[in-house]
Amino acid sequence: MLPEFGHFALILALLLAALQAFFGIAGPALRRDRWIAAVIPAVTGQAVMVATAVACLIAAFVGFDFSVAYVAQNSNTSLPLFYRVAALWGAHEGSLLLWIMLLALWSVAVAIGARNLPRHFGARVLGVLGVVSFGFLLFTLATSNPFLRLDPAAADGNDLNPILQDPGLVVHPPILYTGYVGFAVAFAFAGAAMLEGRLDQHWARWTRPWTTAAWCFLSCGIALGSFWAYYELGWGGFWFWDPVENSSFMPWLVGTALVHSLAATDKRGLFKSWTLLLAILAFSFSMLGTFLVRSGVLVSVHSFAADPARGIFILAFLILMVGGSLALYAWRAPLLKSSAGFELGARESFLLFNNVLLVIAAATVFAGTLAPLISDSLKLGTLSVGPPYFNPTFMVSMLPLLALLSVGIHANWKRGRLEDSQRTLLYTFVVAAVLGCGLAFGVYSHGKVLTPVAATLGFWIVLSSLVDPIDRWRRGMSVSRAVLGMTVAHIGLATAVIGLTTVQSFTVEEDLALSAGGTANVGGYEFRFLGVKPVDGPNYSAVGGTVVVTQHGAPVGVFEPQKRQYWVKHTVKSETAIKIHHGSNILLALGDDLGGGRWSVRVQIRPLVSFVWLAALIMAIGGALAASDRRYRTARVTSEGSEGLSARQAG
Amino acid sequence: MTPRRRRLMLVLGIVTGVSLAGALALSAFRQNVMFFFDPSQVAAGKVPAGERFRLGGMVTKGSLRRAPGSLEARFVVTDFSHDVPVSYSGVLPDLFREGAGVVAHGRLRPDGTFVADEVLAKHDEKYMPPEVARSLKLRHGESRADAGAPATAAPAPPPTPAPSAAEHPPAATGS
Repeated sequence: MLPEFGHFALILALLLAALQAFFGIAGPALRRDRWIAAVIPAVTGQAVMVATAVACLIAAFVGFDFSVAYVAQNSNTSLPLFYRVAALWGAHEGSLLLWIMLLALWSVAVAIGARNLPRHFGARVLGVLGVVSFGFLLFTLATSNPFLRLDPAAADGNDLNPILQDPGLVVHPPILYTGYVGFAVAFAFAGAAMLEGRLDQHWARWTRPWTTAAWCFLSCGIALGSFWAYYELGWGGFWFWDPVENSSFMPWLVGTALVHSLAATDKRGLFKSWTLLLAILAFSFSMLGTFLVRSGVLVSVHSFAADPARGIFILAFLILMVGGSLALYAWRAPLLKSSAGFELGARESFLLFNNVLLVIAAATVFAGTLAPLISDSLKLGTLSVGPPYFNPTFMVSMLPLLALLSVGIHANWKRGRLEDSQRTLLYTFVVAAVLGCGLAFGVYSHGKVLTPVAATLGFWIVLSSLVDPIDRWRRGMSVSRAVLGMTVAHIGLATAVIGLTTVQSFTVEEDLALSAGGTANVGGYEFRFLGVKPVDGPNYSAVGGTVVVTQHGAPVGVFEPQKRQYWVKHTVKSETAIKIHHGSNILLALGDDLGGGRWSVRVQIRPLVSFVWLAALIMAIGGALAASDRRYRTARVTSEGSEGLSARQAG
Repeated sequence: MTPRRRRLMLVLGIVTGVSLAGALALSAFRQNVMFFFDPSQVAAGKVPAGERFRLGGMVTKGSLRRAPGSLEARFVVTDFSHDVPVSYSGVLPDLFREGAGVVAHGRLRPDGTFVADEVLAKHDEKYMPPEVARSLKLRHGESRADAGAPATAAPAPPPTPAPSAAEHPPAATGS
């Protein structure tokens, strides 16, 4: 009974989304106040219905209701409760439901925030969100209903994919999706501005915190995914330029550009139509990501069994949404003129460079991700594009971006004179170069050409970002949260650069064949294999290996990697053992019984790889600080004129 | 400089930068793209000599051999028309199985052995690399059930709990 109830709730949510879209868009256009007043109840009602549907599916999972096809495919009586709840988003249908629930939550948050917005504008934002929600609900109900019954019911479930039986499943998808879906809010603000045919600095100020919040979640989500792949997949890499990773990275790149172009729109009323275009692009990439992952058209580690009908639906939806919003853009953007000028050395120029470089980076990733698809459909052969393409092309746009960042944060708005900060820039650069070369040649040896260059750029960003805030703090002046947030986020980026440079330059990997009692030396560490023993788990049996690691006789740790055999799916999965020693991650994975008493063991030593994930957290903290700045909270409609003026003078 | 000239410089600079990045991306692309071949194409000599490529097919049952205690593994990849012997030194992925689909990266040695430097694993044991599925389909019209993998045709109907189909034959019913 409960699954039917959930199905029914989902259908009601679809109807409410249609109402929300209609009232939100038609209400302001036809000036019907009662229609506008109906938007918020529609949003709330939709959220309640979606929550009901989610609760019904969770109940089916918790209660082992194997008459529901989705539960039977992704759960099992031996699956622990923890994973039974998270199994909700363990496969396609449920992850769409998660997507819809998060969109409903963002919509409710916007509805609460919309009290501070002009009535018509707020209604339009929620109307556009209603359109998006309607599309995804229709998709779910038409092609991916999680409540379908199984007749006859299964005696037991098929179990959750063992790869997903990990705490990573509980946190990674919801946070990543919160970021993905969050760009729908920026998209909705852009849509509302285009419907209105008006975009002022208030618009930018309303949009900024939402966009930054979505960006924070996406940053964390991507990093969590990377971390999960690192310890779970047993291959030990943290980024594979896999289509699915790329499809979360492209909206991040465009979203980062959007965050920066919004700053120029907010402070100086510049780049208006460009900002709108970026908002459309960021969300389009989010939807394209769904298309890439779910249609199964691309070869990916994330490709689960795919259904072509879904791909066609998503493609049609994508064309309608992206095409529709771009058409609206072509029609309305000429109305939005940016009047203010700026000089070549002004902060605006640097933000422009930032945007151009980030969009180029996104475009190269896009080209590499879609090339196999295009070549395939044009019958040019089945090809694949990997790190040898992505790494250098990505670097081409990132290195200038990093260099310009250190200079750009010292540039003033409008005025293009950098003379005042020349000295600061020079000193910080020299110190950064010393630190960078020290890292490349001193701490680690045998670096590559780019190692000192990239490390220097990373250190330069840290030093250069800190100069102004420290100076203000020493003179007893206050540092606003927006500036503090920007500084923290930039330091986060620098952390990523330093981590990536080090790990890319100095990683040591080796596959070993070890017999019990045997030892091997890799990267200055000694690995002594003590042999294997059987281990029992709740729904698997395993062999566990024991490896004692020492460095010059000093103990580093005892590693116990496992090779698990899951009972239900008969799947084999490696469980890696990881320890951090002097900033380096040492990863061990147990391979196969090679015969003759020997086992294969994969050893990887990745220095500073944790910096890459830590960086995302720092960036997200920076973003959260910036988004919570007072300027955004006090931006009420009533204080329209004076607020904008004083902000412009202050900025 | 007049504002107009300055703007022109800015636009020119950006255009130069974008085209430079485009040219670099294109050349990186040309040099680093990897093509996919199946054993029949390899047998027909379609692979350019010395080029790194992706080999895909099924691992022939009973073909996995190891010298005891050695990391070096040897197996045969087949599309049921032609076979290619593969050698790989290292830890094989968890989901590597005889009778299942596989994709390997590497080069062909003059003696016809494919030396793999990477053997790919997938998230899902049911999952079949689409190229492999397509090549098998092309060669044989339908996928071979005796090959071992339960769901060999990649554009599969809505996912059914395939591996344990024998235990409880389920059918998803439309609502």
